[in-house]
Amino acid sequence: MISRRDFLQTSMAAAALYGTSGFGNWARLAAQQAMTQDKLLEFDTFGNVSLIHITDIHAQLKPIYFREPSINIGVGGNKGAVPHVTGADFRKLYGIDDGSPSAYALTYNDFSALAQSYGRVGGLDRVSTVINSIRADRPDALLLDGGDTWHGSYTCYHTQGQDMVNVMNALKPDAMTFHWEFTLGSERVNEIVQGLPFAALGQNIFDAEWDEPAELFPPYKFFERGGVKIAVIGQAFPYMPIANPGWMFPEYSFGIRDENMQQMVDDVRAQGAELVVCLSHNGFDVDKQMAGKVTGIDVILSGHTHDALPEPVLVGDTIIVASGSNGKFVSRVDLDVRDGRMMGFRHKLIPIFSDVITPDPEVTKVIDAQREPYADALSEVIGRTADDQLLYRRGNFNGTWDDLICDALISEREADIAMSPGVRWGPSILPGQDITREDIWNVTSMSYGEAYRNEMTGEFLHVVLEDVADNLFNPDPYYQQGGDMVRVGGLGYRIDVSKPQGERITEMTLLKTGEAIDPSKTYQVAGWASVNEGTEGPAIWDVVEAHIAKQGTVSLDPNNSVKVVGA
Amino acid sequence: MEMTRRNAIAMGAGALLIAGLPVRVFAAAEDLIAEFTGGAEVGAGDITLTAPEIAENGNTVPIEVSSETAAEILVLAMGNPTPAVATFKFGKLAASRSASTRIRLAGTQDVVAIAKLDDGTFVQTSSTVKVTIGGCGG
Repeated sequence: MISRRDFLQTSMAAAALYGTSGFGNWARLAAQQAMTQDKLLEFDTFGNVSLIHITDIHAQLKPIYFREPSINIGVGGNKGAVPHVTGADFRKLYGIDDGSPSAYALTYNDFSALAQSYGRVGGLDRVSTVINSIRADRPDALLLDGGDTWHGSYTCYHTQGQDMVNVMNALKPDAMTFHWEFTLGSERVNEIVQGLPFAALGQNIFDAEWDEPAELFPPYKFFERGGVKIAVIGQAFPYMPIANPGWMFPEYSFGIRDENMQQMVDDVRAQGAELVVCLSHNGFDVDKQMAGKVTGIDVILSGHTHDALPEPVLVGDTIIVASGSNGKFVSRVDLDVRDGRMMGFRHKLIPIFSDVITPDPEVTKVIDAQREPYADALSEVIGRTADDQLLYRRGNFNGTWDDLICDALISEREADIAMSPGVRWGPSILPGQDITREDIWNVTSMSYGEAYRNEMTGEFLHVVLEDVADNLFNPDPYYQQGGDMVRVGGLGYRIDVSKPQGERITEMTLLKTGEAIDPSKTYQVAGWASVNEGTEGPAIWDVVEAHIAKQGTVSLDPNNSVKVVGA
Repeated sequence: MEMTRRNAIAMGAGALLIAGLPVRVFAAAEDLIAEFTGGAEVGAGDITLTAPEIAENGNTVPIEVSSETAAEILVLAMGNPTPAVATFKFGKLAASRSASTRIRLAGTQDVVAIAKLDDGTFVQTSSTVKVTIGGCGG
């Protein structure tokens, strides 16, 4: 039996650092003195198996700033449970000091000031250094990529994911699962997957016509590591054809398919698996629920909802590890597997502080080679943020990046109301920072970025908001799609997250007149990222670039147009 | 979840409120169940219904029903204008008492499967399938 004590042998890298007090007046050098690479990577190698997890990179090859959410509401059984804890509550829960490196990495408060001290995060050449260091301790460690890798940047768009494939190949993963990759279109995905030097897994990737497992994506793969027979089962994002344009990959069907997951676990156990790892893109709450229904999974490496947790969450005998997004974190999980079962683990969520971790020059070279043909376009400065203006996205409702995108849609497309997708990717821009074309693409890049302009009735707008709200706030996680609430511009509303679908959204107001939205009246709505085939309009990145260029310096009014209750 | 006839009625009523369907539709489903069971008590037991939690396409939703001991399985889409989907009949010599098909759903609703077992008793299960206009994933 796994003892509770074994499970408590977890730690977070930065938590071991000296707690720093006060806020951000140190020079970056001071941050480097407080943190060292050795400290960040310090780990007492444990047991006989090591797993390295990275997920939801969203094509961020270079270091970026990434602010964690201030609002992340849990509903039903997950109300107040991790990962639905933010800010001071999060720091209290994990014993993190205000103003410390961990506070900067994991919470949103004083982000702009702390960013000045601790610098950018991520960068796949730094990630490579971390992976190499773990492999130095344990040469046969498994590197597992949770997907959302081949999406999210200028170079990724223009190379149809090839830049990410080339750089990830240099890191030598052992297996991967998928989500946004499919928005490259099934033809391109098939082409890349056929050439991958590692396993492309998904027990829930099915052939849509026959409702049978898709041949190109095996459900699992066996690895022999440290004398242990390990099965890694893939779980792709279940709701791809719903949350993303299904017409781009019509041959494929997904779904949670937990009964098939149980079958796969039983199959691999029957074939002698001593350790069962699920590499998942379900999202955290779905993984928690699945862990309670499917028996026999030892470790779920969880992706999709971009949560970064300093400790695994335990459901029955299954540990769930959440490793953040955008290249900001890597998780190391060491396991002691004996007599055919997991006896204990040790875990560390390693924040990739880019000024502290030395880049791996080999991988820097590969990254630079991908970017070189586009260098001029990437680096062109389009505008800058005002000295008190942070641009970020992450959170259940509009972030400032979303407000800026909605403003761009309203003014460039002459609309009453703007809608912008509630995605969780997209790095932050600090106050007083240049905004380059690359920065704009980092928050808008996708293969269906047409900015449409449609007429919608007030009634339809209500249906849209209710529909998206239920994808986020349905009390049963299996009915959630991940992502956040659709962002709106020019429209205010009240949302009671505790109510059922159809009753959550009230008090819809057209902000420019202050009048209530009339269900029967027609409004001009501009938006982007429609899942419908044949959507027309200019590319969203061009719309946003034109708007920022006109502004010069970006300064936004505080957005108080969404009233949230019932949380 | 323990499915009782009462629960089914309560859930059906919930769906009715949300979808705003005419009352006669729900009555039609009730009539079909009554006709199938002859008014007998419906319990839980040897009946499995596999359906997606969220439909990828409401016009063609794959479902599967199975039971070791069913002679007949009735499938109903409780929120459709015409709730009857199919009745599958299995002979004594059937190698596998399972069937799969694709159904069209008018909106988010419960799909109900009721089996008449070899011993003449009835068991039921249900699954909520959400039909959504889609949106944006993380």
